Amino acid sequence: MPSGAAAFRRLFSEIGTVDMVGVEERVAKYGTRSVKTGSKIMGLTLATSMVDLTTLEGKDTSGKVRALCVKAVHPHDDTEIPPVAAVCVYPSMVKHARAALGEGASVRIASVATAFPSGQAPLRTRLAEVKAAVADGADEIDMVINRGAFLSGEFSRMQDEISAVVEACAASTLKVILETSELETYDNIRAASFLAMEVLREGDFIKTSTGKTSSNATLGNNQVMLDAIRDFYMDTGTAIAMQPAGGIKSGKQALTFLIAVKETLGDQWLNNKRYRFGASSLLNDLLRQIVKMKTGTYPAPYDFSEASGAY
Amino acid sequence: MTRLSISKTPKCYVGGKFIRSERGRTFAISDADGAFFAHVPQCTRKDVRNAVEVAAKAGAGWAGRFGYNRGQILYRLAEMMEPRAAELEAALLLTPGVSAEEAKAEVVATIDRIVHFAGWTDKYEQLLGSVNPVASPHFNFTVTEPMGVVAPDEAPLLALLLPAITSGNSVIVIVSETAPYAAIALGEMLATSDLPGGVVNLLTGFRKEMVPTLATHAHIRGVTGAVSAADRETLEKGAADSVKRVKVLANDEVPIDWAAGNGPVSSLYAIRDLLEFKTTWHPVGS
Repeated sequence: MPSGAAAFRRLFSEIGTVDMVGVEERVAKYGTRSVKTGSKIMGLTLATSMVDLTTLEGKDTSGKVRALCVKAVHPHDDTEIPPVAAVCVYPSMVKHARAALGEGASVRIASVATAFPSGQAPLRTRLAEVKAAVADGADEIDMVINRGAFLSGEFSRMQDEISAVVEACAASTLKVILETSELETYDNIRAASFLAMEVLREGDFIKTSTGKTSSNATLGNNQVMLDAIRDFYMDTGTAIAMQPAGGIKSGKQALTFLIAVKETLGDQWLNNKRYRFGASSLLNDLLRQIVKMKTGTYPAPYDFSEASGAY
Repeated sequence: MTRLSISKTPKCYVGGKFIRSERGRTFAISDADGAFFAHVPQCTRKDVRNAVEVAAKAGAGWAGRFGYNRGQILYRLAEMMEPRAAELEAALLLTPGVSAEEAKAEVVATIDRIVHFAGWTDKYEQLLGSVNPVASPHFNFTVTEPMGVVAPDEAPLLALLLPAITSGNSVIVIVSETAPYAAIALGEMLATSDLPGGVVNLLTGFRKEMVPTLATHAHIRGVTGAVSAADRETLEKGAADSVKRVKVLANDEVPIDWAAGNGPVSSLYAIRDLLEFKTTWHPVGS
């Protein structure tokens, strides 16, 4: 028997496992809810305020980050459209984002750290990266868990590393990326969620993915993590926040995710302190749908700034 | 024992896939004798919207191909249609009053027209582009670019559709309301030609449900077709906000002679109607 198996068995007897068929049947129904007119505008606006506007590319420049910050504060000329929740950049870009947004900006700066996206660097290197990002002005740190440690059943090592990052974050919010596509099963996603939540502080996040692997946030993964957050909240009273990331590209998808939040965790989680979308192209589609709702005409994607492709 | 025949579910060809309407609605069409023939999808404005998305996605790749390659692909479409001509003829014969000879002649003309436009793909640029004389040390030249997403309307479909795709546009088609079945068959032929999915998207359904969306959708850059005076007004008014080009022929005043040459507009000018012209000033070195 592999050494990790006993550890997994013990953990599952404590937190319970996931009914995969049940979860998938439940999430399949979310798409059938009818959200129209006023509620649709409200939902799209709420989703806009929950976006972590992201640029995580090797070719990022300070200029691109500045442009992203302008867009984050002022997504559209319509004054009823709120700023997004945060911009999300690599650690080397945090100082440029801070310079663009200024101190005390309402749009927060999130930085991926801990050798994102693989996490395969010595712990002291990862911690140094977190501290550097915080020192440069990051309000939020997105870390990746040690998937290798988790999958081999070394849960205390995984949790100790998260605790060390929590400490390095000081006052900054921590978001723990589970990288669901590398955890293989819903049971494992639930297990990793619990292990992370046990060492997090109220208001910290668990996050589905880096967006750098083949499969990203899905309604199923999101549901398993929302259920874990609910069960953990019932047990301990600690409210952990949630962020799906990667692969959410359309306003319609975003609304479906919000329906999942509403029906699993309720209104308390329907704000950008408790729920976020990690996305780069979602914002423009949200804006496009809001403009369509208000004017009745479909605008072209290139009517919005930073749109890629001009066809 | 008698065998139950397998009847086909007509579906629309959109984004390289065969789809039903997003709402799942259909309408019945009848054959030349007035007997029930099939249910075809009754597409909605949301289907139009979805088709625009896939057309835009496919367009950049199509426009980026060499003209020569677009010509090869159009020729391939003719190759795919020739052996299935009987199927298209049968579809045309569903319309009352069409004789077998007329149907045959129309299909032959259509296939020949495809080959004709396949030849134009790498030739129109030489005729429409230009080097312009200017009174300053610049090379000044004009080149053409496809407009993007174009939406023709009405049969004979390919006469309207071919000039658009020849130059690299992608197209959303609202097919004839009264005789949609030929377009269903055409979709199956497009699927087996090498035309990338999404370059031509065929929607069956009712004009009045889809034309207003075609007119106002800002991502559609041009509209061509043969329409009634009322539809023409809807299109021109709706297109004004997004400064969309509308090149429609009115079909309810003077009948259009589609069989003449390459259609009512000679082919080079039909291609030109759906192009943007870009003029560049380039400094001359010493």
